[in-house]
Amino acid sequence: MLKCRTVWKKLAPLARASSTLCRQNVRRTALNNGRTPAYVPVAHMSSGPAGGGRANQIYVLLVGAACVGGGVYTYRTVKGDGQRYQERIEEISSRPIKTQDSYIQTEPPAVEATETEAVPEPEPEAAPSSEEPSPPAADVEAVIPPETSEAPPETSEAPPETSEAPPETSEAPPAEEPVVEAPPEEATEPPAAPVVEEEPPAAEPVVEAPPEEAAEPPAAPVVEEAEPFAPSEPPPAKLTEPPAAVEESAAEPVVEAPPDEAAEPPAAPVVEEAEPSAPCEPPPGELTEPPAAVEESEPSAAAAEPAEPAEPQPEAVAESGDSVAASLKVPSHAPYLLIGGGTASFAAARSIRARDPGAKVLIVTEEPDAPYMRPPLSKELWFSDDPSVTETLRFKQWNGKERSIFFQPPSFYITAEELSSAENGGVAILTNRKVVHMDVRGNKIKLDDDTEISYDKCLIATGGVPRNLQVIERAGEEVMQKTTLFRKIEDFKELDKVSRNVKSITIIGGGFLGSELACALGRRSSEFDLEVIQMYPEKGNMGKVLPEYLSNWTTEKVKSEGVKIISEALVKSVVSKDDKLEIQLKDGRLVKTDHIVAAVGLEPNVDLAKSAGLEVDSDFGGFRVNAELQARSNIWVAGDAACFYDIRLGRRRVEHHDHAVVSGRLAGENMTGANKPYWHQSMFWSDLGPDVGYEAIGIVDSSLPTVGVFAKATAKDTPRAATELSGTGIRSESETEDTATSPVASSTPAPSGSHKDEYGKGVIFYLRDKVVVGIILWNVFNRMPIARKIIKDGEEHSDLNEVAKLFNIHDD
Amino acid sequence: MSSVRDEGKDRIIFVTKEDHATPSSAELVEEDPDDPYEERGLILPSGEINWNCPCLGGMASGPCGTEFKDAFSCFHYSKEEVKGSECLEHFRAMQECIQRYPELYPQEDDKVQKEQSSETEPTSQDSASAETPGADSTSATEPDSDSMPPNTKGSGES
Repeated sequence: MLKCRTVWKKLAPLARASSTLCRQNVRRTALNNGRTPAYVPVAHMSSGPAGGGRANQIYVLLVGAACVGGGVYTYRTVKGDGQRYQERIEEISSRPIKTQDSYIQTEPPAVEATETEAVPEPEPEAAPSSEEPSPPAADVEAVIPPETSEAPPETSEAPPETSEAPPETSEAPPAEEPVVEAPPEEATEPPAAPVVEEEPPAAEPVVEAPPEEAAEPPAAPVVEEAEPFAPSEPPPAKLTEPPAAVEESAAEPVVEAPPDEAAEPPAAPVVEEAEPSAPCEPPPGELTEPPAAVEESEPSAAAAEPAEPAEPQPEAVAESGDSVAASLKVPSHAPYLLIGGGTASFAAARSIRARDPGAKVLIVTEEPDAPYMRPPLSKELWFSDDPSVTETLRFKQWNGKERSIFFQPPSFYITAEELSSAENGGVAILTNRKVVHMDVRGNKIKLDDDTEISYDKCLIATGGVPRNLQVIERAGEEVMQKTTLFRKIEDFKELDKVSRNVKSITIIGGGFLGSELACALGRRSSEFDLEVIQMYPEKGNMGKVLPEYLSNWTTEKVKSEGVKIISEALVKSVVSKDDKLEIQLKDGRLVKTDHIVAAVGLEPNVDLAKSAGLEVDSDFGGFRVNAELQARSNIWVAGDAACFYDIRLGRRRVEHHDHAVVSGRLAGENMTGANKPYWHQSMFWSDLGPDVGYEAIGIVDSSLPTVGVFAKATAKDTPRAATELSGTGIRSESETEDTATSPVASSTPAPSGSHKDEYGKGVIFYLRDKVVVGIILWNVFNRMPIARKIIKDGEEHSDLNEVAKLFNIHDD
Repeated sequence: MSSVRDEGKDRIIFVTKEDHATPSSAELVEEDPDDPYEERGLILPSGEINWNCPCLGGMASGPCGTEFKDAFSCFHYSKEEVKGSECLEHFRAMQECIQRYPELYPQEDDKVQKEQSSETEPTSQDSASAETPGADSTSATEPDSDSMPPNTKGSGES
């Protein structure tokens, strides 16, 4: 500081002397430090004209030099940035080739070995096919020269390939792909050879393709597993070859090359869901190889070549819809690309298809399953009587009808290969693919296997990942193995299995998921001799949502479901001891248990924000989008990951099912040109056992002031209408209320005992600045439209009891 | 009589049936029938069909979506004496398409496509609401067929 002052003192006269110059320089001085602009002395020149002149010159010199220096620096930096950007772009674009090469290189050694021996009969098939593929093979050649290492052109490669393929299949873990596939095809498909080649390089590629012919059936099963079908299968045209279904997951990289293989495509179908609808797979029609069909229907289709040709194909394709053949062919362009395969994504797909006839929608998801709904995973599926529920994933709805958690059966979707060629469009799903990079300027995304898909409109519906407690993450592998982060179908299956085999489960977290799971497991506790503990830092269940009195009441209900509640519990550490987990709480309590379920929140998945240059919200997390759910041109975000602007309630991020549906639908509408803001308020609901069920809408935060209007409960007021408060009629109720009013009216909280059963049903209003921003309908159903209307109006109501009258809570 | 109690910032009111017998004095803002933002029912104010209506289930978006749209549009704009009598060809095409996907469109006895859709979309959505085309807008405000209504409750919307 002092230095500054002294320096300034020295320069002050100079500055004053050149006051006019100073002012001029101020305008020019963006680059200089702020010192100059700050001081614009109005004083007259203290030094004489001569002295001032010299001082002036020095000053001008200094300032000028600084300006020039700054300019040069800026220019250099900008230039350098531009260059670096160019280099980066080049690097990225050249990467696919490189990786393919490298993949191929890694494969060849293994392949070589196997092939050389394998070169027997299978080769012959390959040979014939090799010719075909030659043209494509040429390309492939380039890519996979290493593998083949056979000097001879494709043909030679083909044979090795085919042999490779067979061996591969056998060796490859997925080996499911019947080697048979390869041989069968070979014979029938000349092109098959190329495909075969491709596959091997593609890494494990389980020669899905070959089997098509006869082997198809076997191949088909194999294909199921293989999902990884090399995305590179694009060579749709080639299809003749039952693409070596190199599908194997590893195959991805290699997939690119095979495209010519076309035969490959059949292999691809083997792969499950992922139907990279390689447009090239064109086989429609030409398909000498049923391969094309294979693509879709998965392996079975492929096989067809001669046998199956044509007719079977379409059938096969339809059939195979089951596992959505993971054909290697991934479309290179999708008009509508949806990243993420959850509720929001599916709702958007549906909306797009409804509004844009013939729309082609591609869903890319990391999960192995088609889109499904999450709420039953923590509710209905646990109450099912069906012992095979973990496999069927079917549950009974409120109206008695049974349905699957999947939104649509597999036949609803078309395979990725057929996407481009489908006349009326459709929805295709690519499973087990992660989008790792997004190029907004180029309108394309890159998958984890380096496939690139360009799009016209893109939706990001990546949802989130369950949060974990730091103490558990740091506690080591043993603890992590006994911890479940509950979100997906596999988590449900795992927890179901665990709950049958252990003696004690602890759920950490007192929100929706934690409480629902606690109730569901609590129900099982009696049949399975299972201890269920739930611990959380709040005072009662749903402590962050329900006002305290209601939260306490709810906690009592959860306890009656057989759950041991430990409230106001902060976990300090977790250790694994004697095959049990010991949870140490900050207040000293120790809890011993066998398994932990952590339900402590959701971390929105914003991995793509960096590469796509999207804004992430710091308050709520998630991608920041506007009221129309748009993040940038041609990019929308919906569901758990979207932090959007709600015109009525302000900016927020909602993690509920109905919101995912509503926002997904809205995003789909906007992607087809609607330009509607988020207007239709989504709702949510929860059931905690047979006595407690509620629907809610808007902002429901327990820190807001609330007004609850409850009916004196009658026998009909619970979801199961089980409780009975007073068997007498209303009159006696009101009488008892009269007598009870006096102590109550004193406005001192009555002992909780007397109010234990009083919150049978009612309406709770959440207020922000006297405006209702949230409503809970407590055991009152079918009134959501009224609640929605009240929030939409956004009016200040002086007497909320009058508003409550609109709900007719006393009627059933 | 109603009782009022305050617990900190939360107010609790208990009311009897009599308390709520008199009509409410709360004022609600009047609805604008042409509000472009509102969720619409099956038929838009312009007379066109809202293909995105949840009441249609997935009929307009599935593999047979095109056939369904053709058939239903023909029916909707039909001015014949017997409405839709000239649309038999479209319906036949739709029927064929539907038969190709038995898993998607389980064949239950129904002629009306609405019923079909409510069958195929056995979601929380009330079948009742899915029935009549031109259903009132409240049915449109139902949660999408994929939304799960709470157990034992009606579809939260209707």
